[in-house]
Amino acid sequence: MEVSVTVNGKHRSADVEPRTLLVHFLRDTLGLTGTNVGCDTSSCGACTIHFNGESAKSCTMFAVQADGAEITTIEGLASEAGEMHPMQQAFMDCHGLQCGYCTPGMVMAATSLVAENPGGLDEAGVREGLEGNLCRCTGYHNIVKAVLSVGGAG
Amino acid sequence: MIPAAFDYQVADSADAAIAALAEHGDDAKLLAGGHSLIPLMRFRLATPGVVVDIGRISDLSYINDGGDHVAIGAMTTHRALETSELLAVEAPLLRHVAGQVGDPQVRHRGTLGGSLAHGDPASDLPAALLAHGGSVVARSPGGEREIAATDFFTGFLETALGADEIITEIRIPKAAGVGWSYQKFNRRAQDWAIVGAAVMLGDDPKVALVNMGSAPMRHGGVEAGLAGGGGTDAAAVAGDDTDPPEDLNADVEYRKHLARVLVGRGIAEASG
Repeated sequence: MEVSVTVNGKHRSADVEPRTLLVHFLRDTLGLTGTNVGCDTSSCGACTIHFNGESAKSCTMFAVQADGAEITTIEGLASEAGEMHPMQQAFMDCHGLQCGYCTPGMVMAATSLVAENPGGLDEAGVREGLEGNLCRCTGYHNIVKAVLSVGGAG
Repeated sequence: MIPAAFDYQVADSADAAIAALAEHGDDAKLLAGGHSLIPLMRFRLATPGVVVDIGRISDLSYINDGGDHVAIGAMTTHRALETSELLAVEAPLLRHVAGQVGDPQVRHRGTLGGSLAHGDPASDLPAALLAHGGSVVARSPGGEREIAATDFFTGFLETALGADEIITEIRIPKAAGVGWSYQKFNRRAQDWAIVGAAVMLGDDPKVALVNMGSAPMRHGGVEAGLAGGGGTDAAAVAGDDTDPPEDLNADVEYRKHLARVLVGRGIAEASG
């Protein structure tokens, strides 16, 4: 069945089986492999994207549900000129990654979290706000530091 | 993990969804936020032949003042509940519990109607509905009916909803100023409650338990103790008349112990 979506500002459409998961549509059909599949059970958050502006786990959605939606993936955060999004830069500056597998999902969850908290976040707010994303390398400290450097209060 | 193949239909109104259910019967499942159904389909524990997507029915997403109650559309997301100013005043327990479900990504997609219709005894929102003494409005080809929360949850993942019925609205009696608490015990962020307890005080105190039986439940014994002025002592019977599951997280005795402790903490916090 035909699915038409706007991904990273570009209109894309394709014919998919209804059971195609959104993450597989992004990776396999559209070739946007920055979004990772981790746990495959909606726990780890590696597949986090923005769906109509809000973070969502693309392993727990069907591509057909996204018909007509606006999606942003990790590939869509940097500027056309290749300048990194402030959150990406912060993860780099704060060494908020080691193996990097969780990083796309972390960055997408973090940008959504910061957007929803224009008044600024404290450390507890960042830690709770990222509870849907698992990292097995960093112990989270530098990830929290990176997010606070962009969206912290004061 | 790929779900079994199915036919996909979009319903653009509640009536269209009801018509699809009437046509396909037990072979059809409604897809709201999908955060209960899609995991079950991926494990092939659910293999519906037809999936009816109700996620685009925008007029079922609202939080309105209904006079003596708050009226909430079935497709209202957990995120909308946890950020609602009306609920902050009139139903703070429900608002708080919505913010305890899963994680932000899940709460952006998951819906109140979907969570209640799933009827999972381990999920948070059924306990909030029970403790608020709320009700569910269901619509079928035969018309609408209002089902009290105490009549709604009938068994493990089973509710009073008929095969051709859809939840359209949830009604929560206003509870401004009434003491409340939600105690959720788990070991890791985003996990389901190993045991949970929702407490509402006031003239007609209500206590609901999470994961202490095959269905979300109220606890009449604790409520009777509270009504009799027992205070936190009423929690002593919270493990009685329960039938909790036994799994890797906890055995039956431990869950009963948790129920007593959590209900006691809940009563104390709600009284504070």
